[in-house]
Amino acid sequence: MSILRVENLTKTYQSGGRELTVLHGVNFSLEPGDTFSIVGPSGSGKTTLLGLCAGLDHASSGSVYLNDIQLDKLSEDERAAVRNQYVGFIFQNFQLLPTLTALENVMIPLELRGEKGAQKTAQSLLERVGLGSRGHHYPTQLSGGEQQRVSLARAFANRPKLLFADEPTGNLDTDTSATVIDLLFELNREAGTTLVLVTHDLDLAAKTQRVIRIKGGTVVSDTQVATSI
Amino acid sequence: MNFSWLFRMAWRDSRRSRQRLLLFMSAIVLGIAALVAINSFGDNLTRSIDEQARELLGADLTLSWSRPPSAKTQQLVKTLGRDRAYEVSFASLVSIPKTGGVRLAQVKGLEGNFPYYGTWEVEPASAVQTFRQAQSRIALVDDGLLVQLGAQPGDSVRLGNLSFLIAGRVTKTPGQAAIAATVAPTVFVPNQFLAGTGLLQRGSRIAYKYYYQFTPGTDVGASIKKYESVFDKEGINADTVADRKRQTGRSFADLTKYMSLVAFVALLLGCVGVASAVQLYVKEKITSVAILRTLGASGRQALLIYLVQTALMGLIGATVGAIIGSAIQLVLPQVFGRFLPVSVDTTLSGPAILGGIGTGLLISILFALMPLLAIRNVSPLRTLRTSYEDDLSGRDPLRWLVYLLVVGFIVGFAYWQTNNLMLALGFTGGLTVAFGILTLLGLGLIWLVRSFFPASWSYVWRQSLANLYRPNNQTLILVTAIGLGAFLIATLYLTQGLLLGRVELSASGNQPNMVLFDIQKEQIGGVRSLVQQQRLPVLQDVPVVTMRLTDINGKHPDVTKKDTTQKTPSWAFTREYRVTYRDTLISSEKLAAGKMPYQANGNIYVSIEKDFLDRLHLKLGDTLNFNVQGMLIPTIVGGTREVEWNRVQTNFVVVFPAGVLEQAPQFHVLMTRVPDNKTSAVLQRDLVNRFPNVSAIDLGLILKTVDEILGQVSFVIQFMALFSILTGLLVLGSSVVISKYQRMRESVLLRTLGASRSQILRITALEYGLLGFLAALSGILLSVVGTWALAQFVFDVPYRPDIVPLLVVTVVVTGLTILIGLFNSRDVLVRSPLEILRSEV
Repeated sequence: MSILRVENLTKTYQSGGRELTVLHGVNFSLEPGDTFSIVGPSGSGKTTLLGLCAGLDHASSGSVYLNDIQLDKLSEDERAAVRNQYVGFIFQNFQLLPTLTALENVMIPLELRGEKGAQKTAQSLLERVGLGSRGHHYPTQLSGGEQQRVSLARAFANRPKLLFADEPTGNLDTDTSATVIDLLFELNREAGTTLVLVTHDLDLAAKTQRVIRIKGGTVVSDTQVATSI
Repeated sequence: MNFSWLFRMAWRDSRRSRQRLLLFMSAIVLGIAALVAINSFGDNLTRSIDEQARELLGADLTLSWSRPPSAKTQQLVKTLGRDRAYEVSFASLVSIPKTGGVRLAQVKGLEGNFPYYGTWEVEPASAVQTFRQAQSRIALVDDGLLVQLGAQPGDSVRLGNLSFLIAGRVTKTPGQAAIAATVAPTVFVPNQFLAGTGLLQRGSRIAYKYYYQFTPGTDVGASIKKYESVFDKEGINADTVADRKRQTGRSFADLTKYMSLVAFVALLLGCVGVASAVQLYVKEKITSVAILRTLGASGRQALLIYLVQTALMGLIGATVGAIIGSAIQLVLPQVFGRFLPVSVDTTLSGPAILGGIGTGLLISILFALMPLLAIRNVSPLRTLRTSYEDDLSGRDPLRWLVYLLVVGFIVGFAYWQTNNLMLALGFTGGLTVAFGILTLLGLGLIWLVRSFFPASWSYVWRQSLANLYRPNNQTLILVTAIGLGAFLIATLYLTQGLLLGRVELSASGNQPNMVLFDIQKEQIGGVRSLVQQQRLPVLQDVPVVTMRLTDINGKHPDVTKKDTTQKTPSWAFTREYRVTYRDTLISSEKLAAGKMPYQANGNIYVSIEKDFLDRLHLKLGDTLNFNVQGMLIPTIVGGTREVEWNRVQTNFVVVFPAGVLEQAPQFHVLMTRVPDNKTSAVLQRDLVNRFPNVSAIDLGLILKTVDEILGQVSFVIQFMALFSILTGLLVLGSSVVISKYQRMRESVLLRTLGASRSQILRITALEYGLLGFLAALSGILLSVVGTWALAQFVFDVPYRPDIVPLLVVTVVVTGLTILIGLFNSRDVLVRSPLEILRSEV
């Protein structure tokens, strides 16, 4: 069974009274444990595709099946429940809640599920990303790399089946990027999560098993990568 | 739903905004404080009236009448109670021979041990005992009268033919609010000397009263119940402690309830500030909401997190308000001062505090809910695209539900306070119109600045004007909040001016400004010549006959009382009618229906004033039987008149035709016009000397009394309006702080790009100056239109608003706005750009 299946996905926006189609009939499917990247130039539609796949937006036509759940049939609140159940996120600008400590940020997905022992789980995840002693620091008290590691811990907190990462190293320097990426793939391997990575960094994309290239909203290539870490 | 998590999240998320949230909620603090203070005061006043009810009356029972009852009833009233005191009172001119001062006063002849309860505050206190012994001609005189006439204890006061030694200065009489001494200051004399004054003449309007003390434990109401019908029939008014408690309690409950509506305006103003602040807060929180939505929080959960935050802050604001209000109520007895009939014992009032906190919490939640609803629609897509804005642009039908709840709450609150649905709806409607007009003025202002932007003006002007309409501007909220405060203050001044103007106008031109009354028939010639000797005109000379109504259409009061289909109020038969006779209408009258008074076929056709006709449910052709000093005179309603009452002039509800009452016992009222106070004083002195029973009242005295009462009333209203003004300033303060966060970056950028401190200072001062000026102008404009409508349609006087107080309000409001604006922006002005960037970003 595919963990993510995208069928004939099209997205159109109204812009200045005109229709602007940013995705044209995209199709692909992913198996559990796959690592997958979407690459393409700015404005090619890759972030739109990620948003649709993660259930953050709804398509103009076509369907997205996440763990066999057809997302476009669900309301926004129902999609939120699906995200909490099956999906983890990593963003280019980290998207940590500035008023919460690192530990509290990691606890949110667990608390939303009503899980007991959220604090313990979150603490062990922070230790796993090397920030065990920084749990009570606020995001502004952490460096960019540390914030992204907190974000990694939060993404894996609810043991997601799918992890979406949008330009995860876009705001980091080269050294920090390498550390974060190593950690991301390591955690992903340990958890057996399917990873969907949006990037314009071809070297990073090459670390995944499969790369699709988008241009002008259309998939122009879909390549299996021979070597992956 | 996991509520404990919602509370935890609300708590965590508020960490960095608590100070600001508290600042938002401070806007409701003063409104709640005013509400709790006035309601606590109301509760304490009711309790004090209950506790001191006997002192309100000074006795267990009073019986009063103005027409001597039958001999049998006179005997009866002398047997009631364990002890009784007797009082005869009437209005008369009194004079102080030493100073030559003359003034109309209430004269009371007392015998017995009044008051039985409460303290009669007289200086020296020993004078009361001397007075009760009644062995010599001594008088106790109200303090106000002594001050006005320049007299003091030891001087003498002349009443008619007799002089009395002033033995004491009365500062408080049981059951009489101090303000009553302003309207009708009293001279108390032992009753046995009253006859010697020569003032108790036939036709004088004299009131008689017995004060009774009963054996402790007597149910006074029950023991006089059997005499009720006798009292009714004889026109005797019985007043027990319970009656007085009820009447006084009711009138003061009404007063405090209306005052609480003024406090509620302050609260609503604060709530508008809260809604505006929360709207900006929500804008700041949108990214956090989008993250929560991405991680799986539902729209409702996200909304509830922020609703819990604002509700908790509302609770804190309301509680602080309740504490402040409970403290403020301690000074309210001083504010109401001379209006209060009892000394108010101030203690904490549980219902007022809980009611205030509940009201504050509910109304702040409702107002905060308006901007908070948008949180439900925040899209998680914002985590990927910061420029995404489609989620909040759509219309939300739930907003209308919240608007409806807010309006419903206001109507409900006003109804709870006044028990009058029409008044509650009127209050809500008036507020909606005021808020609506101020909002429109604010919007109009933004449009004007935008449309006619002076592109050629200097940079400082352009920047400060642009701040009035750019995104996240506070123009609308400040024009509404400050404007409403200015509106309240300006309306207060203008209405006070209107009321005084109305009295002044009533005697302008050739209208009479002095009334001489209680002139006996045989004295009228002498009084006329006295007036003419002083070269004053006799503008009106009106005969007055007093009478009572015995039946309407042949139905006596006992029949109309039992017959539920009869709508005639019982007071129609117990009141005394002062009637004149003439065949024509005078300038203040207009024929509404039927004819002027006339006689035909042996029938007497009288004219009834239109409002009175309606209140008695009478119609043309109805028969009225009058009793004139024992003689019955049948009449028919032949016509009805509209009467302008607001003139210094004799007006009558019933007018007889000439040729009927000429021989009846009567007194005359004469009107003249005195050019100045000096002439008025000379005329009054001559009157006292030659016709001591004749009384005079001049417009100066009326104006002075009205002015004094209005002064007291307006002080109370100003005190309550102060809460609205301060709330307006708080809203201003919090709006400036919020906009400070919004503008900090820009000011820093300007500083970084080379703008001098003085330029930033001028931009800020100009912006807030413009806002304050335009807000004050909007409020004053609204007030001028409102009071013009009052003058035009209600008071019917020419409208000449006093410009000076309006200018003062404009200057003060503008100045305060600039000061608060600069004070809150001082960081940008005095600290280095880098310092601010590091601390704020």
